[in-house]
Amino acid sequence: MDRHVVGSVTDIPPGGRKIVTVKGRQIGIFRIGDEFFGLINRCPHQGAPLCSGEVVSRLVAPSPGDYRLTRAGEMIRCPWHCWEFDIRSGQSLCDPDSVQVRSFDVAVEAGNAVAEGRFIAERVEVSVEERYIVVTV
Amino acid sequence: MNVTVLDRKPDRSAQTHMGFIDCDVHPYVKGPNDFDPFLSKRWLEHKRTIGGRSRQGLAKTPMYPRMSPGSGMRMDGWPKGGGHPGSDLPLMREQLLDLFDVAYGLLAPLVGGAGGERNLEFGAAMATAVNEWQLAHSCDPDPRLLGAVQINAEYTEAAIAEIEKRAGDRRFAQVNIPPRGLEPLGRRRYWPILQACAANGFPVSLHLGGTSGHASTGGGWPSFYHEEHPSYVQTMQTLVTSLVCEGVFEQIPNLKIVLVEGGFAWLPALCWRLDKHWKQLKAEVPHLKRAPSEYVHEHIWVTTQPIEEPERPEDMLSTLEWIGPDRVMFSTDYPHWDQDDPRYAFKIPLPDDWKRKIYRDNARALYTLD
Ligand code: FES
Repeated sequence: MDRHVVGSVTDIPPGGRKIVTVKGRQIGIFRIGDEFFGLINRCPHQGAPLCSGEVVSRLVAPSPGDYRLTRAGEMIRCPWHCWEFDIRSGQSLCDPDSVQVRSFDVAVEAGNAVAEGRFIAERVEVSVEERYIVVTV
Repeated sequence: MNVTVLDRKPDRSAQTHMGFIDCDVHPYVKGPNDFDPFLSKRWLEHKRTIGGRSRQGLAKTPMYPRMSPGSGMRMDGWPKGGGHPGSDLPLMREQLLDLFDVAYGLLAPLVGGAGGERNLEFGAAMATAVNEWQLAHSCDPDPRLLGAVQINAEYTEAAIAEIEKRAGDRRFAQVNIPPRGLEPLGRRRYWPILQACAANGFPVSLHLGGTSGHASTGGGWPSFYHEEHPSYVQTMQTLVTSLVCEGVFEQIPNLKIVLVEGGFAWLPALCWRLDKHWKQLKAEVPHLKRAPSEYVHEHIWVTTQPIEEPERPEDMLSTLEWIGPDRVMFSTDYPHWDQDDPRYAFKIPLPDDWKRKIYRDNARALYTLD
């Protein structure tokens, strides 16, 4: 496992995402507030480019007609058959116990740590003032 | 679901899906005027000033969920240069035809509104226009794409004329009839059309969709798209039952029917029920010389998408066996949101000879393709 610098935090605004390629894998990096999450860009159902789907809320209804929008912007909906997954965990909305998207550990590191540390950042220019998104693959 | 599909590798055993025949591909118009070159002045003017009149009360209510914009399209199916999914041949090649080395793609154009048009003469004119459009925009530029003759089944003479006009043109593989008609398809009013299809060597494909003006379920109008989608199964069941019970297959012994996009796991159970009742009610339908299931097996083909995903994946094998692996044909439904990927659609490996039949040989035999 290596830690790869995939961009600066300013590359992805809150609510945004960026699809990066690390070790030949496409990974969607999602930003929710100031937290970052990584999911493989491949739907567990039939392999669609999952991370290009729509970012949506989780709609729950404790009983018919009683609707609550929760977890705004924390679900990703597959661009093909619309299965929804929790961006934070990769868990499927309908079948959380057995269907999951592979997720990757994503952290934010300060520029000076990145400049000195053991990171792989060949495609990213690192400056000490910036903060960087680091994904472990 | 009791298995995680996350780690499933695509079914690469000999890549059997490669070179498959796709029995449901949707071409789409680039713009609203695509059909105009193929309409006479009289009908062009009609289209511009009066327009279509479908058999749907709330004409602007979309039939498909909006969560996949463009009437339920695969979100990565939108051409970068603009236009609608299915309208851009290079993208269709990239995402389907070349990607899987598709041998043939059977077109199901759900555009033009010919089949459900209430103004029958306009419906007939639009059917002709959509047929010409298929040739010009799909079949001629990419001969892998085979057209489906559009007709308006309520206008018998024009429908037969259109079928006869296309007969022998190998660019057309079959005749499309909307499954939701004014009456069940087995009724005598439709026999001359079905006869013309059979006489001219065209299987009849019934692709789900459209509106008939009747409630979409036998029990009334459903509230949700989630209910609407399985209601197409009821439609297909009605058609199969009607075609069998009316004696259509006795009357037209060489008629071949393809059920497209209506699922298939329900078919064995319907046959069991029809057979049971036939034993009890034979006196009412003495024209049925054989058990209903025999007519079904001889005359009806099904396409796979949207494929059933049984909780125990191995149940798929029994289902296919009950229907007969010689009657099932693979389809993607590209570029719709619920399309199936030939690599992943079956959640269980199929025996090799079944795969060859389902991905290729059944369609090749039915449509007499090389
Ligand atoms: S491929 Fe993602 S939901 Fe089917």
